[in-house]
Amino acid sequence: MTVSEIAKELNLKFFTCEDLAAQKEAKGCYIGDLLSFAMSKVEMNNIWITIQTNVNIVAVATLAEASCILLTDGCVPDKLTIERAEEQEMIILGGDLTAYEAASKLSQLGI
Amino acid sequence: MAEVMKLHYTVSGDDFTRAGETSSKVKKTLNQLGFRPEVVRKVAISMYEAEINMVIHANGGTIDVDISPEEIIIVMQDTGPGIPDIEKAMQEGYSTADHNVRELGFGAGMGLPNMKRYSDDMQIDTEVGKGTCVKLVIKAKE
Repeated sequence: MTVSEIAKELNLKFFTCEDLAAQKEAKGCYIGDLLSFAMSKVEMNNIWITIQTNVNIVAVATLAEASCILLTDGCVPDKLTIERAEEQEMIILGGDLTAYEAASKLSQLGI
Repeated sequence: MAEVMKLHYTVSGDDFTRAGETSSKVKKTLNQLGFRPEVVRKVAISMYEAEINMVIHANGGTIDVDISPEEIIIVMQDTGPGIPDIEKAMQEGYSTADHNVRELGFGAGMGLPNMKRYSDDMQIDTEVGKGTCVKLVIKAKE
């Protein structure tokens, strides 16, 4: 399933790189806010669910080759995070749902 | 690629916003050279952790990467405070990072453990008050 389809299903808002979402496939997800854990646990094309919004999430997601960063609980990325994500072509999207709600829905979608 | 490719980088000390750039560059180079994805991932993770450690604890430093078809050797040198108790520092969850750093999601106490887990060999040479040198070897062949 593409990130674009997932965004529609979960009613998520794009913060960066919406134009890339239709081509970006996502499979599996990891939930966590500590960068070292995410770095070693996020697998290629995973959706990384977090409430961390500072610029370092872009480096971690890029190095781990996540398909996108999904911010829950209404968290909004910092300005610098948005700039860096655009530069690195990392999709960031989010919504008011909790990490549990996001993961449950992803599971129902077979992600 | 018969010869060893040598890369040299300087990591600046207090700039969290640029942390991870060196790892990204090396990752790109390894991908371009056609290394297996597992090898590239191991290098990226262990190097990112080392880079972050340098920024958090040691006011920056230098990173040298030697790339050959057999292995990738990463040597990271800083002139920071050194590690007083390596055994403790190697324990998962043990961290001396301060509150500001933890708020950013760092300081999980997984830096050195991740470096060890994702490299095939790790050597730490450290002296309190002088600095730390970490050498990581990641084998490229199966």
